[in-house]
Amino acid sequence: MGRPTHDSEVRKFLLSRGNSAGADRGFHGLMVLCALSIFAIVVLIATELILRSNLAWKAFGFRFFFQADTDSFSHLPLFWDPVNGHFSALPFIYGTLVSSLLALLMAVPLAVGVAIFLTEMCPRALRGFLAFLTELLAAIPSIIYGVWALAVLVPMMREYANPLLSKYLGWSGFFADDNPTGLGFTSAGVILAIMILPIISSLTREVMSAVPHSQREAVLALGATRWEMIRMGVLRNARIGIVGAIILGLGRELGETMAVTMVIGNTPEIHRSLLANGSSMAAVIANEYAEAVTDLHRSALTEIGLALFIVTIVVNAAARLLVWAVTRGTPARVN
Amino acid sequence: MRGFTDYAVTFLAVSATVVVIAPLMAIFAYLVYKGASSLNLDFFTQIPKAPGEVGGGMANAIVGSAVLLALASVIGVPIGIGGGIFLAEFGRGTRLANAIRFTADVLNGVPSIVMGVATYALIVSPHVSWLPFLGHFSAFAGGVALGIMMIPTITRTTEEMLLMVPHAVREAALGLGVPNWRSVLSITVKTASPGIITGCMLAFSRVAGETAPLIFTVLGNSFWSTSLNRPIAALPLQIYVFALSPYDDWHRLAWAGSLVLIVLIVLAVSLVRFVTSRGVLKGAS
Repeated sequence: MGRPTHDSEVRKFLLSRGNSAGADRGFHGLMVLCALSIFAIVVLIATELILRSNLAWKAFGFRFFFQADTDSFSHLPLFWDPVNGHFSALPFIYGTLVSSLLALLMAVPLAVGVAIFLTEMCPRALRGFLAFLTELLAAIPSIIYGVWALAVLVPMMREYANPLLSKYLGWSGFFADDNPTGLGFTSAGVILAIMILPIISSLTREVMSAVPHSQREAVLALGATRWEMIRMGVLRNARIGIVGAIILGLGRELGETMAVTMVIGNTPEIHRSLLANGSSMAAVIANEYAEAVTDLHRSALTEIGLALFIVTIVVNAAARLLVWAVTRGTPARVN
Repeated sequence: MRGFTDYAVTFLAVSATVVVIAPLMAIFAYLVYKGASSLNLDFFTQIPKAPGEVGGGMANAIVGSAVLLALASVIGVPIGIGGGIFLAEFGRGTRLANAIRFTADVLNGVPSIVMGVATYALIVSPHVSWLPFLGHFSAFAGGVALGIMMIPTITRTTEEMLLMVPHAVREAALGLGVPNWRSVLSITVKTASPGIITGCMLAFSRVAGETAPLIFTVLGNSFWSTSLNRPIAALPLQIYVFALSPYDDWHRLAWAGSLVLIVLIVLAVSLVRFVTSRGVLKGAS
């Protein structure tokens, strides 16, 4: 048996192909580079932020985040005085925290309620449509929320909600009636709540769907009503994931810029009243960065940006880990 | 009592859904109401007039946004798809791939304003000199900022779509002697291409509405400009500036611009939904 005298077309074709190991290695290398670009982006952002905030760090140190200089005449705190070079991140941290917590308070019950409805109670025909609508809410850009809030929400708060709040809850000290503009922490909280609702709700839905049906069936078999089945069979198992979803919503709203800038009032002060004007970390960067004249001003703003970067990374990482733990596998893709 | 609690919870859940859907309906209705009346041919063909003058449009902002998004896609789509190919084809199960996937998800959550600050420091700041045409506000900076934002999203969606391609397709190609690189590109990626394009559209529509990173990278422009080396107008940025201004006519333009933006995004999201619900892998089935 020797080699056939005449090579077939297929054999000729296969023998003529060279070794593709070189091209394969090159391709592999190119793909690795593309993937590593993600690390490169994070490193690049972190380096630039750290380098540019060095000036403010040298000037104020750690005090920047929890202390402010005081005016020698009036003994009032000088939170943010670009003209004289006094900078402190306190009012912005306060504003970010207050508006975010308000938004969470309003959004979480609603989001979990929507998730429960869509997962357990909704007729199948309606489910896709309503899920699509909530997804649409998530896709609306922040600027459009801001424009709508400025034109519709703020007047509504000014005419109806704020007077009622300060009249009936003013005794608590948290709802003073000295802000007639309708802007402030509460308006920012409301628009933030509207913005994070779809995220929390869709993640909660995903986490609730990941609970195996056997759990539901077991609780029902023991004679539970539908709410008891949801509470004991689904929510109890999905608890961790729901917490993760909430933290993810928090992470998203901490960095929310445009809608907050337009309704929070942009006043770098700390007031106890929730109806007062304030500012947030992202809002002050958006407002002042393009016009900052001194290097120290820009550096202080960059330091606030660095703090925002670190905080959102930590919060998002924690949330992803929690959601991973429940859905077990590649984490959900959230817009 | 238990039955009553059940009914009460059902009522609460339904009302929660209504309360959630209501703002969405309100926003849409209000936008259409305010924007539709000011939407005319002028809007798409003229640049904004001086404040106080009636008329004008946002044509330069629409063109500017198109330029920015084109640049962002040129940067974001190839690198993003490459990263997704690595995660799905070469790195499946490795620790590096897990780390990259996690980092991409975390990067997705970084606020866009932070991206803008980093881009400013890297490209726009007057002290920058690692390339000759840097050091000022430009469309290039905005495109880079938006492109960097697209990369993690496209990476993750590409990976998910590639993971859905059945192994039989890859094995068939390799069994025929197709080189690995050719098999990945021409066969696996092509099979998953509807899904990959969908993912790119998703990233595109998310980035199209971003304003914060543009405020101090492209700065905005009231005139016609498509130069990458100069400040350029962008639709979301123009809407922001006009909405905060005290001029009624500019408010009108802001509403019209918001309507255009939201229509584009709704179209993109609906298209994405339509493609993914119909089944992504028409080629493989």
